[in-house]
Amino acid sequence: MSTSESNGRELFFGEAIKEALAEELRRDPTVFMLGEDIAEAGTTFKVLNGLVEEFGKERVLDTPISEPGFTGLAVGAAMTGMRPIVDIMFGDFSGLIMDQVANQAAKIHYMSGGKLKVPMVLRTTMGAGRRSAAQHSQSLHAWYSHIPGLKVVVPSTPYDAKGLMKSAIRDDNPVVLLEDKMMYKTVKGPVPEEEYTIPLGVADVKREGTDITLVATSSMIYVALEAAKLLDEVGISAEVVDPRTLVPLDKETLINSVKKTSRAIMIDEGYEQYGVTAELASVIADGAFYYLDAPVKRMGAMNVPIPFSPVLEDLTIPNAKGVFEMAKSLCNK
Amino acid sequence: MTLKSEEKQSMSDIDREQWLHMYEQMFKIRAFEEQVNELYQGAKMPGLAHLYIGEEAIAVGVCEALNRDDYITSTHRGHGHCLAKGASVDKMFCELLGREPGYCHGKGGSMHIADQDTGNLGANAIVGGSSAIATGAAFASKRLGNGRVAVCFFGEGALGQGLVYESMNMAQLWKLPVIYVCENNLYNEYTHHSETTAGVMKARAEAFGLMTVEVDGQNVREVHETARRLVERARNGEGPAFILCNTYRYLGHHVGDISREYYRPKEEEMKWRTERDPLKILSGWLVESGMADAGIFEQIESQVSNEVQSAVEYALSAPFPAPEEVTKHVYV
Repeated sequence: MSTSESNGRELFFGEAIKEALAEELRRDPTVFMLGEDIAEAGTTFKVLNGLVEEFGKERVLDTPISEPGFTGLAVGAAMTGMRPIVDIMFGDFSGLIMDQVANQAAKIHYMSGGKLKVPMVLRTTMGAGRRSAAQHSQSLHAWYSHIPGLKVVVPSTPYDAKGLMKSAIRDDNPVVLLEDKMMYKTVKGPVPEEEYTIPLGVADVKREGTDITLVATSSMIYVALEAAKLLDEVGISAEVVDPRTLVPLDKETLINSVKKTSRAIMIDEGYEQYGVTAELASVIADGAFYYLDAPVKRMGAMNVPIPFSPVLEDLTIPNAKGVFEMAKSLCNK
Repeated sequence: MTLKSEEKQSMSDIDREQWLHMYEQMFKIRAFEEQVNELYQGAKMPGLAHLYIGEEAIAVGVCEALNRDDYITSTHRGHGHCLAKGASVDKMFCELLGREPGYCHGKGGSMHIADQDTGNLGANAIVGGSSAIATGAAFASKRLGNGRVAVCFFGEGALGQGLVYESMNMAQLWKLPVIYVCENNLYNEYTHHSETTAGVMKARAEAFGLMTVEVDGQNVREVHETARRLVERARNGEGPAFILCNTYRYLGHHVGDISREYYRPKEEEMKWRTERDPLKILSGWLVESGMADAGIFEQIESQVSNEVQSAVEYALSAPFPAPEEVTKHVYV
């Protein structure tokens, strides 16, 4: 099913996520959610409002402020018959839970020789621009992507968020799904009423083009799409590709796009150094080397802690103008 | 809350055969671990192992109070817990030697043995790392209404980890059927607990309102009696408990920790071995109370020793995993 079949219904990004959660809670009694202030408060971002009324406090469970504790509890519950969905309010708190995610959840299936499995979803947020400073603004999806055994999902549209969330909940592996908190109530898009899922590991071409490929993740898709519009005005046709999941990664779609366009920029909101853009660029350098007319370029967040002052914060995040300039110079225009 | 001695359940219903079975289980752990030590010293075992010798009464006393489908989580010093919960010695040796027939196809090794057939959710090489997992298993048991209890084994070193207290807090808030079993063998690796652990150990669990009991970890009867009562209590929905077991690690932190005098005197080790040995305490009591004569223990020991010997021979000749195994089980 494609987005065009939504019969005109549009949802905000946050609403699409809530709808996916509600549908899966309804479908499978072993699914439950836990996290800080997710029940009556509906999370600090108010994304889950209404879920506790339908599913009760046992399945939309408020926890103590103990991120490692309730993440680990979810790992144990997942190993023994439940399908927990953990809510970590800010992605910046990933440091607190990393042992339970990287050393426990990610490795248990392998260490046990395939005997045990951990079917859980970890939802957390990413994205700067909210003037929340260095400990509430980071995009740390590269941390999770580094660890074998985890799947990592970074949806950019309401349609993708819903379909990928439902697949993540049904997956028998630990899946980390990062939601850009700036998109919850700003990004709206078509979401059909009918049931659908999107498989993990399938990239999506958000815009077709012939001269340059812009590979972008999460909210950076909108930066890339805006840059593509600007490029259009100077006669450069940009293709915008959304990997949608970083692990597993649909390398083929990325490589095929660049084989067609011969130029590529990777755009991601994580820190640039050792970041997601580096991994994506290496995939393209490997897979499309003989088709390239220019070096593969990348653009991530600046390698600085995210500053508070709006004038400084805005400098740290990739923007359409920057992508436009970089693309233009790659195309010798 | 503390269990009063008069509340302790009478154990008259436990017969001679059951006590002898516990002796057999404890001896099996000891014979297994002695064999592991030999394998290491003979350079036949890759990596390291952390031996459980001296602490056998805790694993056996607790696991004998559990059903096969009850859960345990274990530690880096976990061979005893796995065996006490019902693991077989041959598959254990195979795992320790990195062989294909091992519990985890040789991919887990000494510190990661898991066996879902006996409710063993895995040994964990992060100190205190399984406390939330065990609590989560108890959470699932309660939600699914399957009546299972989870036991979380850890050493007193784990009392330095915040995760343990986060877990206890949630367990008590939600009345989860989980028993935290703290094996206080006195040493956090090479450091006496008095240098690492402030205040009163038991009081830490009491502060959360957990039912808390301190026992002689060398006396399997005392461990078992306490475990039975607290497991039953948890199964009845009355909430979690903490058992502080005072014990001693006869050998080093791991097999390579040979010269230990810089952190503990030989006399101390000798005193525990001669005066506080869990096997001697149980056999002594059985003989004194007229339930068994000395000959029966030799019989058990020779039978178990043979079993352990043939298991290690089997493991030493078992195949290593095929190279293809390296990429299996990263994902389901």
